[in-house]
Amino acid sequence: MRRTFVVIAAFAAVVLGAAPPARATGKKPSGGITVFAAASLTDSFNAIAKQFEKRYPDVSVKFDFDSSSNLASQIQQGAPADVFASADEANLQKVVDSDDVTATPVVFAKNRLEIAVDKGNPKKIRGLADLDQSGLVVVLCADAVPCGKYATEAFANAGVSVRPASKEENAKATLSKVSLGEADASVVYVTDVKATKGDVTGVKIPDRQNVVATYPIAAVKDTQNSAAAEAWVQFVQSKAAQSTLRKLGFLPP
Amino acid sequence: MRRRTRSRPPIAVAILAALAVVFFVVPVVGLLQRAPWSELGDDLTDPVVRDALRLSLVCSLGATALAFVLGLPLAWILARTQLPGRRIVRALVLLPMVLPPVVGGVALLLAFGRRGLVGQYLDDWLGVRLPFTTWGAILAEAFVAMPFFIIVVEAGLRSLDRRYEDAAATLGARGFTTFRRVVLPLIAPSLVAGAALTWARALGEFGATILFAGNLQGETQTMPLAIFVELQTNLGGAIALSLVLLAVSVVVLVSLRDRWFPA
Repeated sequence: MRRTFVVIAAFAAVVLGAAPPARATGKKPSGGITVFAAASLTDSFNAIAKQFEKRYPDVSVKFDFDSSSNLASQIQQGAPADVFASADEANLQKVVDSDDVTATPVVFAKNRLEIAVDKGNPKKIRGLADLDQSGLVVVLCADAVPCGKYATEAFANAGVSVRPASKEENAKATLSKVSLGEADASVVYVTDVKATKGDVTGVKIPDRQNVVATYPIAAVKDTQNSAAAEAWVQFVQSKAAQSTLRKLGFLPP
Repeated sequence: MRRRTRSRPPIAVAILAALAVVFFVVPVVGLLQRAPWSELGDDLTDPVVRDALRLSLVCSLGATALAFVLGLPLAWILARTQLPGRRIVRALVLLPMVLPPVVGGVALLLAFGRRGLVGQYLDDWLGVRLPFTTWGAILAEAFVAMPFFIIVVEAGLRSLDRRYEDAAATLGARGFTTFRRVVLPLIAPSLVAGAALTWARALGEFGATILFAGNLQGETQTMPLAIFVELQTNLGGAIALSLVLLAVSVVVLVSLRDRWFPA
């Protein structure tokens, strides 16, 4: 049964002309790719895609932005991702361990946490220690999600214990509860706060409490377009893409 | 009874119909074959799973109760009065049935959230906050599920022979007595069917709940939310919860079989 499937799949691959890696044939990358990326990369990857498509006009890039943990589970279940960019190393390691990624992941950016509060900071929050007041509505990312894990670390570093009102499914959902005014504060990435262009105010977390988020990227093993997938992985490390990441608040790898 | 002559369906129709059946059956089989049957006990007693089960029960029953309290009077008015604009009211009430639940969640936030149309006054005047509370989860489920109750009960009231009520009235029963002693028993099957549908829909509610009520274990994390979150870290727990919901759906389907599949 399995063998028949493999034979059929191989036959289909030949008939449909699934492209071998571009470097082998020297072909220019073309076609479409789907990049699975951490929600915190939404703005930067959308901007980088414009640069990328200028450089590779024959390639169109589609995105699936969600929590890295959710994306990793989807890749393990066979979701058609060509590239995976995670907001932490653990979730990329998860798909490496399950043999869904065989390439060596490359760290292309880093990020830090910040407290997001209502515009103008009406509750006068100055640091993590202010977030344990009763009556203050704090929302965090879910424990499985990288930003939730990082926030837990930061609270531990600060010696503060907070009872959140909700644990949201990804960084952008967490932030939206603050920009909608439902929550008084949340802990998200510096870049998320910056991306709201002033809708929320950021309160800095000092370095000794803060956590460095590491963003690795790799092509997915089962990609149908490894030439374009590889081109994307290379491109986010290029000078042009890196300067976009810097501009949006990411730190160098 | 006269036997109808059975016609053989054209082959293409039969194949497409069979495909449709396969399409519905395969996902259920997929779920069942991955079920960790031997660890099911452990998975179901996991604190996250247990809290989700309890909370789902509370919220779905709360939403169903709300449907009785608010939905029954509305169903009666829709069925029995000639109120102008009745059709518009009915259309509005049924809107959540076709509205994507996520849109419902956004709408609820903008209405009952802390800065919402009504929510700001609830907060300022009464100190009531609905988002991130179990009440918020109940409200989100009721918003999505109550229309099922209203539509079924209204149909039940319409099909009721009004002469029973007239007879009760001629025997001297007042309006409410007639309603309680005559109408309610007669529409009991509709009430049960409506409540079952409402309950099942409330139990499965995801989009409006996660948007409006948030997601916190023991407070607002109902079974569908727990499945969504657990899937990322604990596949066994997610499958166990999914099996519970599947079993509930089967029970609802079986108990309503006479209504939906008349022999």
